[in-house]
Amino acid sequence: MSRMNRRQILVGSAATLALPALIGRAAAQDGPLNVGFVYVGPIGDYGWSHAHDEARKKAQEHFGDKIKTNYVENVAEGPDAERVIRQLAQQGNKLIFTTSFGFMNPTIKVAKQFPDVHFEHATGYKTADNVGIYNARFYEGRAVIGTIAGMMSKSGKAGYVGSVPIPEVVRGINAFTLAAQKVNPDFTTQVVWVNSWYDPAKEADAAKALIDQGCDIISQHTDSPAPLQAAEQRGVYAFGQASNMIDFAPKAHLTAITDNWGPYYIDQIQKQLDGEWAPGNIWWGIEKGLVGIAPYNDIMPADVKEAADKVKNGIASGEIHPFAGPITDQSGEVKVPEGDTIPDEQLLGLDWYVKGVQS
Amino acid sequence: MTTAILISIIMTLVGAATPILLAALGELVVEKSGVLNLGLEGMMLIGAVTAFGVTFTTGSASLGLVAAMAAGAAASMIFAFLTLTLTANQVATGLALTIFGIGLSSLIGQNFVGRTVSGLEHIFPAALADDPIGRVVFGYSPLVYLSLVMTAFVAWFLTRSRAGLILRAIGESDEAAHSIGYSVIRVRYLAVAFGGAMAGLGGAYYSLVMTPMWADRLTAGRGWIALALVVFASWRPLRLLGGAYLFGAVMTLELHAKAAGINIVPPEFLAMLPYLATIVVLTLISIAPSGRRNAAPACLGKPFRATG
Repeated sequence: MSRMNRRQILVGSAATLALPALIGRAAAQDGPLNVGFVYVGPIGDYGWSHAHDEARKKAQEHFGDKIKTNYVENVAEGPDAERVIRQLAQQGNKLIFTTSFGFMNPTIKVAKQFPDVHFEHATGYKTADNVGIYNARFYEGRAVIGTIAGMMSKSGKAGYVGSVPIPEVVRGINAFTLAAQKVNPDFTTQVVWVNSWYDPAKEADAAKALIDQGCDIISQHTDSPAPLQAAEQRGVYAFGQASNMIDFAPKAHLTAITDNWGPYYIDQIQKQLDGEWAPGNIWWGIEKGLVGIAPYNDIMPADVKEAADKVKNGIASGEIHPFAGPITDQSGEVKVPEGDTIPDEQLLGLDWYVKGVQS
Repeated sequence: MTTAILISIIMTLVGAATPILLAALGELVVEKSGVLNLGLEGMMLIGAVTAFGVTFTTGSASLGLVAAMAAGAAASMIFAFLTLTLTANQVATGLALTIFGIGLSSLIGQNFVGRTVSGLEHIFPAALADDPIGRVVFGYSPLVYLSLVMTAFVAWFLTRSRAGLILRAIGESDEAAHSIGYSVIRVRYLAVAFGGAMAGLGGAYYSLVMTPMWADRLTAGRGWIALALVVFASWRPLRLLGGAYLFGAVMTLELHAKAAGINIVPPEFLAMLPYLATIVVLTLISIAPSGRRNAAPACLGKPFRATG
């Protein structure tokens, strides 16, 4: 395991360029397999990048000295990314995970220059002979917490701190609301956009404003634990994002949707070791363990825990589809008739809200 | 609108306004002495991470506050040395201080990510602080009351105290002040240190009160709003107080409006408003009669070299 920041890798790259490339290559073949990871945020963000790094650690633990993982954190989505990905390829990493949507074009570009290196890009849509893509069905987790919200909320009104209205976030809001309405048909979700993935003070103020309006349960699609802290202060319930955030709000935190990339990373690294890696396009959810649910808070009554588990297991087995009809949109028009579900290609571009969402 | 919601709106508004008020008060004194320190954001972040780190390690939030002020002042001394002693360009040095502060706070904060502290206690008894109506007066963090006291103090200092008059004289005409024997550099050092300490305190508000935690770039650009606020207030402490609450209202009202299901204006427009308001005020100052045209200290941003 080695840890680099951008500056160190730049210094390192000068050395690599100066040395004959053979040395690096030979070392890579004889020694452990080098696997690279590129993160958009700091590993201490307690959110997205933190989860990817936890998965990297799990893979390292799983394979022991058969692999050596290298990561670069805090890589901006832009020209920097291309440089960092290229350095990782030059330094002998044979499999490189680029873990943010904005790394898509740099990954494709570098992949062309290194045909014998394999790349895995998260949450994008461009593939190549040596670039596979992977994503997680986080909306499945939203359906589980929506079920809990529907049962725990007395006012039947949830507050949702949203980042930006892209399909990923819209899917989450809809899945959450639909699941809650299965429990309480009159359930509504009030969304406040903070127009940022990360602005703790604004996220906290947004949560407070929602609580003032009578929302007694807070869900969030932003990266800081600030909304949870606001919920804790005001004595309402909330859910963690990306990691188990119970330490920030021991009373408010009912559970969290956790990102578990570990199984996928282990799978792909195993294939690389076996020489069987091929570019894939996967969108896994609860069933494969990519999306997890953090341990339930003891405050939750047994019947709520049971109902949440039922939804979780139902989604895993395929019995429950979070977007099964009938689904009506905000105007009351039936978008999905009974018996139908929203197909994946439409889910990927979802841009309308279900009835009960106020945005 | 019920009273409870109105009270909540006022409380979030005051909460959003207080850290920028604290930082802007310091900057106002700095600028009145003729120095422009654009490093507010950096000093706030250094203050925020120091406050959290010290509170987390020692368990004492008061100690955290003192440390935040010391750290903000220490960071500002780098700026003071470069711009006052070495007469480096103030704009460039201030911007560098901000970038430095972002990096340094992130480095120091590595071990504090994911931790939490209990934050600051109320100073009024719970009977008052938790009362549904009383909380609008008594329910704030001690820093809110401190910011009001400091506003009064700065207003008094600049207009009524001898030291304040000297500071203003230096800001208006450093050459003249120097020629009658005042130490321009020493006064400016003190002013910059005060500005740093106040920025540190403003940063501490985020990591101890608003969201008791540390995360990278916790202040998320509020330092720039504080800078704009000083210009908006045309360098007057009481106007600064009003301006801070106005900016606080702009920053939080949109959230309350949306939470209530009201969509009046696009949120991006509201996010832009503090800066737009500042430009409008600057324009007004520029076209106003000469008495108001001189609102900005005459020596603002100009390096001073003692001659003769």
